[in-house]
Amino acid sequence: MEPAFLVGTGGAIGAVARYAVGEYIGTAEFPLATLIVNLLGSFVLGAITAAGAGNDVVLFIGTGVCGSFTTYSSFSVQTVLLFEEGNRGAAIANAIGNLTLSAGAIGLAWLLVG
Amino acid sequence: MVESHPLERVEPVLLIAIGGFAGANARFAIDTILAGALLSTFLVNVVGSFALGVLVYDSLARGVVGSKSRLVFGTGFLSSFTTYSTFVLATVTHPETAVVYVLGSYACGFGAVFVARETIGWMNGHALEERVGGS
Repeated sequence: MEPAFLVGTGGAIGAVARYAVGEYIGTAEFPLATLIVNLLGSFVLGAITAAGAGNDVVLFIGTGVCGSFTTYSSFSVQTVLLFEEGNRGAAIANAIGNLTLSAGAIGLAWLLVG
Repeated sequence: MVESHPLERVEPVLLIAIGGFAGANARFAIDTILAGALLSTFLVNVVGSFALGVLVYDSLARGVVGSKSRLVFGTGFLSSFTTYSTFVLATVTHPETAVVYVLGSYACGFGAVFVARETIGWMNGHALEERVGGS
């Protein structure tokens, strides 16, 4: 199938799913919704790479769905806003937490699938 | 009591889906041009952080960008253009560059947001000068 179609359709699904998680969790002081999408998306991306998925699946689920479901721009803006508001501990916890939990999620996916 | 029209709830989803389709393809195009996930993911994340910073600080300051545009470009396009999952996967699959890659991505990503804030602040100061008839 056309790569742009696979990536784009997956991207649309990932973006709407991220929006749904944000609406469900709601806005709080700590950007929990972004942390959740980042670690869930990292787990799924880790799982499909460990499973040796085919090119179409990698484009659709990996590049499209997981790529768009997880977000770096919201993470960096939210972290800077926390820091500016004086919640420096929460900003640092957010920066370290997103990385370690997402890396842990990939490790877990490798253990379970690989 | 005024009930919201069903289309009012469907509309944000459509706008975000369109933004997500375009954002994922823009990221994919850059990844195809620049072979290697490390460099392309670094670039989209830093550029996207700057652009989202402009949108967010603008809305905090005076809101030149409308709420629908923010849904399409912010939640839809930019949040899909940038990615955290590939960033972490690229980090853990390249252990020899992992520390430098994470520190560089974080420094440039957060730095890009600060630059966006200063840009919006400068533009607003400039606009204010024009409104009060300054030079």
